[in-house]
Amino acid sequence: MGQKLKVIEAVKNDANQDSTWFYSDIVKDHFFNPRNFLKDKKDMNKYDGYGKVDNVLCGDRMDFWIKVDRKNDKIVKCSWLTWGCTSAISSTSMLSEIVTKNGGMKIDDALKIRPFDIVKRLGGLPKIKYHCSVLGDQALRAAIYDYFRKSKQENRIKEEVN
Amino acid sequence: MKKIYMDYAATTYVDPLVRKEMDRYFSDEFGNPGSFNSFGLNAKNAVSNARSRIANILGCNDNEIIFTGSGTESINLAIKGVARALKKKGNHIITQKTEHDAVLKTCEYLEEEGFEVTYLDVDRHGLIDIKNLESEIKKNTILITIMYANNEIGAIQPIKDIARIAKKYNVLFHTDACQAASFLEIDVRKLDVDLMTLNGSKIYAPKGIGILYLKYGVPIVPIIHGGGQEFGLRSGTENVPGIIAIAKALELVQKEKNDEITRLSRLRDMLIDGLQKNIKKTILNGHPKTRLPNNVNVSILDVEGESLLMHLNEEGICTATGSACTSRDLEASHVLLAIGLPAEAAHGSIRFTLGRKTTEDDIKKVISVMPKMVETLRMISPVKIEIDETKWAKN
Repeated sequence: MGQKLKVIEAVKNDANQDSTWFYSDIVKDHFFNPRNFLKDKKDMNKYDGYGKVDNVLCGDRMDFWIKVDRKNDKIVKCSWLTWGCTSAISSTSMLSEIVTKNGGMKIDDALKIRPFDIVKRLGGLPKIKYHCSVLGDQALRAAIYDYFRKSKQENRIKEEVN
Repeated sequence: MKKIYMDYAATTYVDPLVRKEMDRYFSDEFGNPGSFNSFGLNAKNAVSNARSRIANILGCNDNEIIFTGSGTESINLAIKGVARALKKKGNHIITQKTEHDAVLKTCEYLEEEGFEVTYLDVDRHGLIDIKNLESEIKKNTILITIMYANNEIGAIQPIKDIARIAKKYNVLFHTDACQAASFLEIDVRKLDVDLMTLNGSKIYAPKGIGILYLKYGVPIVPIIHGGGQEFGLRSGTENVPGIIAIAKALELVQKEKNDEITRLSRLRDMLIDGLQKNIKKTILNGHPKTRLPNNVNVSILDVEGESLLMHLNEEGICTATGSACTSRDLEASHVLLAIGLPAEAAHGSIRFTLGRKTTEDDIKKVISVMPKMVETLRMISPVKIEIDETKWAKN
């Protein structure tokens, strides 16, 4: 013996206890009718930037492509592929809508998108899903940095701070 | 829309006959079996009667049946109780990697108390190797705990062989038979086990009632202390309605066993064949034959299980997955990883467990709606798993 048993706190702050997997109608709409995904794999060459993100914890993967209007520094078109749960798929779909609506988002604004912005637009997500499945913004930033590299704008790449 | 429930391994509904029999023990015969009055006496008689009926089915004596609050509690009592009672004799326990968390986490806990635990590997069908088990037995081995049938992939372990080995080396043997009770031999004399766990909520009794069969004379100490109910091994006022319910439920599953085995095995194979024929890259997890009659577990490559569950749920089909995305700890199924499945394939697993209300039409519906769902998910998936399908489909 001699070993100390781990003591579990009386009231454990466990976000997962009693949390549900309930999804909002917006989440379901994007899940069942995903927007802007890459329909034809051959099209991936038509984009200016590509990024991907793998989540080792949950087993999600997202690929994101962007097409840029160089003159106006705007993302005019984007596309994605996602392997993951309902919220992973619908949050990527929602992100693709946020980025391209009203003729496209300024790159500097797109770089500022964080998971919370997507979750808000989805009408919320189950707590347990919040940190693991909303990864699209990281894939988007990776795609933008890829574009920066390809277009000799390395000076705009900032260290990723999560 | 008709709901199709295919998650019987998670829990069953309560059979109307079971409900009917337990009903009067809520508000009419509500006495405490420990009370010295007519209400108490009636409750005590009811519990004693239920104990006899269960002992009769398990082929044991009345005083070898302990009522607990769940399968998990029975398992905890069996493992901790025996280990602590025998710690002067030895401190080594043998189990295997695809056990339910109730066993694995209890063993891990005992490791912190100073016990030593061997977790046996399983083959790609989820079965242990008897020779391997025998070679792991040491002088200080006091307990073997190996499940009867696996809750995720339905693999049936060679219980009689394990019992023979345990006897040969004078080691006690506990088996978690929660999933087995409806379909397999549960006569403890024929199985020759020393301890066996059963659970009400898997056999059409309510949640909150478990049984531990404990062979007379097996050294054990309680994990719950108090008023000394259940031969001093499980204090706490008896769950009288639950006890009545599990007795009735066990009788019913025994009565229907043979018919249900035939009926469900056919539906199970129909579902496996249908899915493999209609959906490319569908791998069967578990053994093709040595599996429970009600269990179908497949991995559908390049899709993720939770999102497939969502599609099925939208069609009223209720199933389960080994994907991390529905688990509390966000980890993929330890069972599927233990049989050597790549993580991506474990995430893409889906489990259908059939039961009394499952019909052929239900099976046909699943087979007809699933290919489209998979196609939709594969269309948006960047994952293309390269594992040799034939290698996984054969054997």
